[in-house]
Amino acid sequence: MHSFGYRANALLTFAITILALMCAIASVSDNFNSPSPTSQVQVLNINWFQKKPDGDDEVSLTLNISANLESLFTWNTKQVFVFLAAEYETPKNMLNQVSLWDGIIPSKEHAKFWIHTTNKYRFIDQGSNLRGKDFNLTLHWHVMPKTGKMFSDKIVMSGYRLPQLYR
Amino acid sequence: MGWIGEQIDSIKSLNFRQVLTQAVSLGMIVTSALIIWKGLMCITGSESPVVVVLSGSMEPGFKRGDILFLHMSKDPIRSGEIVVFNVDGREIPIVHRVIKVHERQETGEVDVLTKGDNNFGDDRLLYAQGQLWLHRHHIMGRAVGFLPYVGWVTIIMTEKPIIKYILIGALGLLVITSKE
Repeated sequence: MHSFGYRANALLTFAITILALMCAIASVSDNFNSPSPTSQVQVLNINWFQKKPDGDDEVSLTLNISANLESLFTWNTKQVFVFLAAEYETPKNMLNQVSLWDGIIPSKEHAKFWIHTTNKYRFIDQGSNLRGKDFNLTLHWHVMPKTGKMFSDKIVMSGYRLPQLYR
Repeated sequence: MGWIGEQIDSIKSLNFRQVLTQAVSLGMIVTSALIIWKGLMCITGSESPVVVVLSGSMEPGFKRGDILFLHMSKDPIRSGEIVVFNVDGREIPIVHRVIKVHERQETGEVDVLTKGDNNFGDDRLLYAQGQLWLHRHHIMGRAVGFLPYVGWVTIIMTEKPIIKYILIGALGLLVITSKE
């Protein structure tokens, strides 16, 4: 009844239960944080805009992205993955989401940033629908916890338009 | 010598009824594990509700040995989500992030492009020859939750099978020799 093996087993079970409980509580505690991030994006320049030989439109942009995501960080936050996507509708596709830039924010100190960049991933449409196209720029973020549930949200910024002509 | 001797004695003194009880309790352990696994499959809608991260391509978010909980719902796939997908001709599923989504107007079919956070380029090189996009049927689920380190147990067991056999053997012996 009170053998060594029995006691070791009880201790191990108890330790694992407590550890699991603490992980669960840490994850639940994230829900009490109500973040209020802000973001601004400017399209500074259309570097070039053309139809590729296979018929798809491609555009290159210079962007100015500034954001303050400090309020997303809690004690259970390992990192925040943030990315900027162009979102638009075409006759063929109900939704197109094209990621233009992304970054990993490892800590709260780096969560208020300002970056001047060209698009990191190619902005290519499926087809030739980009001339004069209105699109949204959406800043998405995905919070990766140290343990537990991941969550995400976004800020939609609308009112961007591509030029009528290739250049 | 005393402890081993006692254990040997307890094996010798086994009678039929005891053996039967132990067989039943062993069966209970195995079947309840199976029930939990299959139950999770029903709840999450994913054919493998828990996966272990095997590569460092999503660092620093996910490291080798972390465990991910998957969920497969009818919700459309959106960029930024971390999905687990199978590529034709590859056995091991891959956990990467969606960076591009094109969803068709009427059918709702999706073209998806993925990339590992820690990789330089997108995943077209990992896909089957000539494949440009992933489709719905390639995707096994999206990651919703995360538990660090626990997956090392399975990584060690698959890479060093001897440890697995030792563990199973020890557990088996414990079950056989336990009196209660």
